[in-house]
Amino acid sequence: MTEFGPILVMAILVLPIGSAALLALVPDTRATGHLNALASLLTFLVSTSLFFVRPEPGPFLIVDDVNVVFIVLTTFVAFTTSVFSSSYIAHELDTTRLTPTYLRFYHAMYQTLMFAMNLALLSNNVGLMWVAIELATLTTVLMVGLYRTPAALEAAWKYFILGSVGIALALFGTILVYLAASAVVGEGLDAMAWSVLVKRAASFDPHLLNLAFAFLLLGYGTKVGLVPLHAWLPDAHAEGPTPISAVLSGLLLNVALFAVLRFKMVMSANPGALAPGPLMVTLGLLSVLFAAFMLFRRHDIKRMFAYSSIEHMGIITFAFGMGGPLANFAGLLHMTFHSLTKSAIFFSVGHIAQIKGTQTMSEIRGLTVSHPVLGWGLVLGVMTIVGLPPMGIFMSEFLIITSTFPRQPVLAVALGLGLLLTLGALLLRLNGLAFGEPYGNEAPAQASFIPMFAHLGLVLAAGIFLPPALVSWFQYVAGLLG
Amino acid sequence: MDRLALDVAHLFAGGLVLASFMLLYQDRMFGLLNIFALHALIVSLSVAWQAHIQLAPHLYVTAAIALVVKAIIIPVVLHRIIVRLGIHRTIETVGGIGQIMLAGIALVALSILVMLPITAQAGTLTREDLAFSLSVILLGLLMMISRRNAVSQVIGFMSIENGLILAATAAKGMPLVVEISVAFSIIIALIVVGIFLFRIRERFDTMDVHAMGRFRGGQP
Repeated sequence: MTEFGPILVMAILVLPIGSAALLALVPDTRATGHLNALASLLTFLVSTSLFFVRPEPGPFLIVDDVNVVFIVLTTFVAFTTSVFSSSYIAHELDTTRLTPTYLRFYHAMYQTLMFAMNLALLSNNVGLMWVAIELATLTTVLMVGLYRTPAALEAAWKYFILGSVGIALALFGTILVYLAASAVVGEGLDAMAWSVLVKRAASFDPHLLNLAFAFLLLGYGTKVGLVPLHAWLPDAHAEGPTPISAVLSGLLLNVALFAVLRFKMVMSANPGALAPGPLMVTLGLLSVLFAAFMLFRRHDIKRMFAYSSIEHMGIITFAFGMGGPLANFAGLLHMTFHSLTKSAIFFSVGHIAQIKGTQTMSEIRGLTVSHPVLGWGLVLGVMTIVGLPPMGIFMSEFLIITSTFPRQPVLAVALGLGLLLTLGALLLRLNGLAFGEPYGNEAPAQASFIPMFAHLGLVLAAGIFLPPALVSWFQYVAGLLG
Repeated sequence: MDRLALDVAHLFAGGLVLASFMLLYQDRMFGLLNIFALHALIVSLSVAWQAHIQLAPHLYVTAAIALVVKAIIIPVVLHRIIVRLGIHRTIETVGGIGQIMLAGIALVALSILVMLPITAQAGTLTREDLAFSLSVILLGLLMMISRRNAVSQVIGFMSIENGLILAATAAKGMPLVVEISVAFSIIIALIVVGIFLFRIRERFDTMDVHAMGRFRGGQP
C-alpha cells in the first residue's frame, strides 16, 4: 500500500490547484458552485486515505501523526463550506452583488486557498510552509475585498498590511531557525526539514532558538489572531463573503496555529531553550479576556462572531501553552469542535444576512418565528459555541479548566471568567436575534441546511460519545505535542 | 575568510542601514521613491556579492529580481501612480524627525545588542549581516508606524523585505531563498496593484489611511 502514498499526497495538492485552474476557465456560473463542491469532496476523500497509508517523509512533504488530524479536518470543513458556498453564491448572483467574472475569480481563489492550506500542513520544509501560508494570506486578502465596497477594501488593505508584516516577522524567525540548525545539521535542505529539526533540536543553540521563537510566535500569531495582533481579523470576517469568513475562522487560523505548534515542538525538544508555554498562555489568556469584553459592544453580527473566534483561538493557544497530555488533548478537541461549530454558525449567519439584507443586529429580530430552521440552527450554534452541555465544546473547555486548576489555579479562574463573560455577551445578543417579534424581510430562506446541521450534529455526537479510537488517537498526538 | 570579501559585504550591509535612515526622514514623495530605489540597489549588490563569495550562483537570481523588480519597475510604477493620483506633496510624519531618528538609533543599538551575543558561534559575516538586517527590519517597522500615507507605508514594508533578503542570504547555504524572494515579489506586486486597483484615493478621497477609520463599522 505504501507505494501509493506519494501519489495520494500529491493528489491532495494537485486536486485543488488543478480545479482552481479549471474553475478559472469554466464560464457557466451555475455549474461552477457544484464543481467547486465536487473538487472539495474528492480532496476530502483522498485525505481520509492518509489514515491508512503513510508515505515516507521527503525533504519537502511529510505526513505524520500530527498533521493528519489537521489535514482531514481542513479538507472536511472545506468540503462542507463549498456546499454552503454554492447556495450562498447563487443568491449573490441573483441579487447581482457579484458579477459572473468575479464569481469565476472567487471559485478559483477558493481552491487556491485550499491548495495553500494543504501545502502548509503537508510541508516538511519550514521555508515551504512559510511560502504556503503567505499564499493563503494573499488569496484570502483578494477574497475579503471581493465586494469592493469601501468597507471591504479597507478590511482587505488592513489585513494585507498587518498580515504581510506578520509574515515578514515569521520569515525572520524561520531564517534564525535555519541558522541554529545549520550549525548542527549542516547546510542545505536538511536544516529546514521539520522532521530533522525535531530530532536534532536538543543540540541547537538555545539562544538563537529563543529569539527565533519570539519572531515566529509574533509572526504566525498575527495570523492566528492573538491579541494584540488581532486588528485585521474582525474587519476581514465582517466584510468578505460569508463562506470565506467560515473558512478563515474554521481553517486558516488553525493552519497558522499549526505552524506555531510545529516550532513549539522544536523549542520543547531543546532543554536549554526558553519554555514556549508561558508566552503562549499569556497571549492566549489576553485574547480570551479582551475578546470577552469586546463582545459586549458589537453591532454587526459577523463581527461579533469574529471576536468569538479570537476568544476561541485564545483558548486553544492557552491549552497548548499549558502543555502536558491532558491540556494538549483538550486543545486538539477544542480546535476541532471550534472549526466545526464556528463554520456552522457562519453558514446560518450568511443566509440570515442575505435574507435580511443587513448585518446590523438591531435590524435582525425574531428569527425563530420568521425562519424556524435557520433561527433554531443559530440558537443551537450559539449554545454550542458558548460551551453549554451536552455539546462537545463544553467537554473540551471543561477539560482545559480542570487540567489547569491543579497547576495554575489563578490562570484557571481568569480563563473561567473569560468564558463566563463570553457566555453572557453572546446569549444577550442571541436573545434579541432569535426571539421576539420578527423584524425586517421575512422571505423564506432558500438555503442548504445540511452543512450546518451536519457540523452541529457531529459536535453534539462527540459531546455525548467520543469514539474510543478517536480518543486514543488524539491522546497519542497530544503526547507528541509535548 | 578573505578580509576584502568581508569588508565589501560589511559596506553593503551598513549602506543598507544608512539608506533605511534616509527613508525615515525623507518627507517628499519622489525623494522617498529615489531613496527606496537606492535601498533596493544596495540589497541587490549585497546579494550579488554574497553569491560571489559563497560560490552560490542561484543567489544571482535573487539579486537580479531585487534589481529589476524593486530598484526599477516598482519605483517607476509608483512614480506614475503618485503623479496620477496627484499626491506629490510633502508628506507628514506623526512625530518630529528628531524623535524618529533617535528612536531609529535606539533600534539599531537594540538589534546589535540582541544579535551579536547570541550568534557567537556563527561566522563574522553572518553575525554582522544578521544584526544589520534586524536593524533594517525594525527601522522599516518604525517607518510604517510613523507614516500615515499608504504609499509610504508600502515603501516601509518593502524596506523590511529588503532586510529579510539580506538575512536570508547571510544564512549560508539556506535553501529556497530564490523561491522566497519570488514569493515576496508577488506580494509587492499585489500591494502596488492594490494601491491602484483598490483605488484608495478614489474611494476615500485621500491617501491618508487614518481616514479609513470611518468605515470601521460596528456602530449602527
